[in-house]
Amino acid sequence: MNARDGGQVMDLAIVGGGPAGMAAAVAAAGAGLSVVLIDAGARLGGQYFRHAPEGFHARRPGALHHGFQRYTRLSDALGARGVEIRLRHRVWAVERTTGQAPGTAPRPGAGTGSADGTGTAAGAGAEGTVVVHCLVGDRRERRETVAARRLLIATGAHDRPLPFPGWDLPGVFTAGGAQALLKGDLVVAGRNVVVAGTGPFLLPVAAGLAAAGARVAGVFEANGRFGLAPAMAAMPGKLAEAAGYGYRLARHRIPYAGRHAVIAAHGRDELTHVTVADLDRDWVPRRRRTIACDALAVGYGFVPQIELATQLGCATRADRDGTPVVSVDAGMRTSVPGVYAAGEPTGVGGAELAEVEGWIAGRTAAADLGRPVPPVPGLSRRRDRLAAFGRALQEAYPVRDGWKGWLADDTLICRCEEVPYSRIKEATALGAVDARSLKLLARPGMGWCQGRVCGYAVACLAGEDPQPPRRPIAQPVRLGDLAGDPQGEDPR
Amino acid sequence: MTPSRDSDGPRPVDPSHGSGGPRPVDLPRGSDRHRAGSASRDSGPPHAGRLVGARPEPGFEITVDGRPVTAVPGQSVGAVLYAAGVRSWRTTRAGGRPRGLFCGIGVCFDCLVTVNGEASLRACQTEARPGDEVTTG
Amino acid sequence: MSDVVVIGAGVVGAACAYFAARSGLRVTVVDRGPVAAGTTGAGEGNILVSDKEPGPELELALLSNRLWRELAGLGGFEFEPKGGLVVAETAEVLEALTGLATAQADHGVEPAPVPRAELPGYEPHLTQALAGGVFYPQDAQVNPMLAAARLLERAPGARLLTGVTVTGFLRDGDRVTGVRTDKGDIPAGAVVNAAGTWSGQVAALAGLELPVLPRRGFILVTEPIAAGPDGPLIRHKVYTAAYVTDVASDSAGLSTSAVIEGTPAGTVLIGASRERVGFDRTVSIPVLERLARQAVALFPMLAERRAIRTYCGFRPYCPDHLPVIGADPRAPGLYHACGHEGAGIGLAPATGHLIAGQLTGAAPELDPIPFRPERFAA
Repeated sequence: MNARDGGQVMDLAIVGGGPAGMAAAVAAAGAGLSVVLIDAGARLGGQYFRHAPEGFHARRPGALHHGFQRYTRLSDALGARGVEIRLRHRVWAVERTTGQAPGTAPRPGAGTGSADGTGTAAGAGAEGTVVVHCLVGDRRERRETVAARRLLIATGAHDRPLPFPGWDLPGVFTAGGAQALLKGDLVVAGRNVVVAGTGPFLLPVAAGLAAAGARVAGVFEANGRFGLAPAMAAMPGKLAEAAGYGYRLARHRIPYAGRHAVIAAHGRDELTHVTVADLDRDWVPRRRRTIACDALAVGYGFVPQIELATQLGCATRADRDGTPVVSVDAGMRTSVPGVYAAGEPTGVGGAELAEVEGWIAGRTAAADLGRPVPPVPGLSRRRDRLAAFGRALQEAYPVRDGWKGWLADDTLICRCEEVPYSRIKEATALGAVDARSLKLLARPGMGWCQGRVCGYAVACLAGEDPQPPRRPIAQPVRLGDLAGDPQGEDPR
Repeated sequence: MTPSRDSDGPRPVDPSHGSGGPRPVDLPRGSDRHRAGSASRDSGPPHAGRLVGARPEPGFEITVDGRPVTAVPGQSVGAVLYAAGVRSWRTTRAGGRPRGLFCGIGVCFDCLVTVNGEASLRACQTEARPGDEVTTG
Repeated sequence: MSDVVVIGAGVVGAACAYFAARSGLRVTVVDRGPVAAGTTGAGEGNILVSDKEPGPELELALLSNRLWRELAGLGGFEFEPKGGLVVAETAEVLEALTGLATAQADHGVEPAPVPRAELPGYEPHLTQALAGGVFYPQDAQVNPMLAAARLLERAPGARLLTGVTVTGFLRDGDRVTGVRTDKGDIPAGAVVNAAGTWSGQVAALAGLELPVLPRRGFILVTEPIAAGPDGPLIRHKVYTAAYVTDVASDSAGLSTSAVIEGTPAGTVLIGASRERVGFDRTVSIPVLERLARQAVALFPMLAERRAIRTYCGFRPYCPDHLPVIGADPRAPGLYHACGHEGAGIGLAPATGHLIAGQLTGAAPELDPIPFRPERFAA
């Protein structure tokens, strides 16, 4: 399918097959749109509903999840409503063409739409087409493009790590990494595991590892343990979920300590133990002790993946904790006509919020394309309530400046380009006063991961909020593939 | 970088708990891993498989620097290696530091691996296939 | 009080500051952003004599080439005197290329013709579908960001003010006596406009017209590639002869030619595209496809390597393709050092050297007349 060749144009392309993307696909297809759901993974579900491959024939696939029946329902609905599903499709670029006649050279444009976007159902940009550039397969990839009248960005988030001495040792995982290995491959990260970082996500990670047979030597929360208690009082569902994890931690006799952090990992070629410290309010370490372990799962929140939105020029805003997220209106429209966003890219808030936003986005897209969409009055209210909870979460589990004191001169800040802290300081002294110039002078973020892992830390070290990502190539693409067009002939 | 062989690596689904599970990891005679593998089964290894009621299909073999390890259909190369106790499979350009899994979801590129001569594949995103030859270095 | 305020902390401003400070002047450098954040940070770090026809720009390039080698002795930034290899696809192009080389050889360039059969000795992975080439040992590559930062660091007594935006000029009649900024006035004996692609806008603050326009270029960056037993994959700066005509062209439309080189970080940089589209940063996939196609045609093994990022920059381009260097008679006290198009990294030291000479009244090492700012006046 190739818009440039006048191939089939779907009504709605959705990038990301997690809770938001799945819900949106069900809603939009239910309202009569032709929908294509694109995901890089081998199975739908995203990070939250990540589950083992068919080859395991799991009788209780949801045993590692909270609310796995929601996944099953969404999955069934996708099939029933004829959503076209494209798995193992990595999106490396998106373009918006505003050209009118097919066959004319498309003019990719960032669009200059207003940030308002609350416009009428007719919606601007009805003439535009979005071209989603994919790489298909997990080894020898091939290029493919998907064209659609509307695009939903539901690309989720990834872990937000902080650097500390030894964090590059094998055996150290992001919290989400340990979780993914467990849920997606049924492999336990270690026999003797430490979980650390901040935020309630640490609890299901620890509970899952323990249920799977690991000994969890401790959960170390850098903020207070009960930071969310006030916000939870208004959310009985969240309270019950937290209580459930608390019970499971207690049952496995897992210590859960607030104001503690892993400030160093040790080992020669792989992790053998960690240094745990109790922290003051600003995360400055006080007393230290070491704990033997063969795996560490560590995470300090999440980074929404918004590079496809910034490729298209979608307006962004700083979320409560300074994280750049995509600005959307009440219907999940971005500032660029015809482009929507749902889930973590609009603000980190968890799977339930993502799913609700997906329902809204799918319905808005259908309405904007002229399909009748009966109102669901409670939906927006639910989104507001869950989004408020998400913001409370960011406030209750902030990253405090004291982590910078955990760094040694030779601690790698950028793992890809192996940039130690000393070189960051040197670049600062040379006049690099923001993250971008630190990157230019010292190379953090120039490597394979394009700053996804170190971007937050580098911004903190530069003393600024993280800036919206500029990744015009969102996934590595072979030059041979880039040179040829999707259909194997010269595109121009 | 040679795969580390001295750790009690975690294992995938414990075959003793399912019908028709993967064959036990077939290791060179005298390898430390063999002992570790046996011990891990006896002492009740981490068994996420039992938790979800897995009845895995027969496994298949892939090799790491010629050493056979067992995979369950659908598992990633990274998971297969890690479960077999191989925690790193490349070294960094500048510092020669060992690297393996970190983010587990294709974001960090730490787990780049060479499979069947094809370099720079993300181990966590590459599904293992029967006969795959993984080379570390 | 400063003797000189330099507007712009890119490589040209840094070189002006360095040579002025070395001449004993008190220098203040202001930039609205950080060091090297404009076109300097988007360049490949070319120090080329090969792509210049005999004339004033070549003379500037040769002086600069010598100065860069001296500056590299300061250390603290990567400088690779690796040489450039220009290749021709056809016998016809090769003839033009060797013709250019012959002319350059009379003006201080040291080109060495490379017959087809000897190309693999220079670049083992080059395509065999080439007619031949010319090797230019004087061509070099520098890390432009670090170089600019180090020049500023080593400019004796120079003061660097980043995050300071120039909003106007202090005037005494026609005379420029300093700059106004968003953080206050900075009086000075002289002001140097080294604002790169934005120099025209700075000149306009003094009521002057200076036709410096952006010419966009994309660079593709590959994954880091480890050096093999016989050295790095790509050893020199390698480009096709078409690059020379592209550089000199006046076309507003897109032109691309393969310009390929490795870096000490292991990545391969792939250029070069030229188009006049204002300051639009929207990534053009067709341009990336063309760059990839040309790179793979030149080095077929690159087909298997991945592009991991791309970036674009805006060359400061003047209608006659020559930089603007020197005092502006329309506003005494104001000097320009800008408009170097894609050669700013390479030409920076000579530019700084000329400016410092004018500021102190030293005799110029080469004729500055072709670069004079008032040449555009109708």
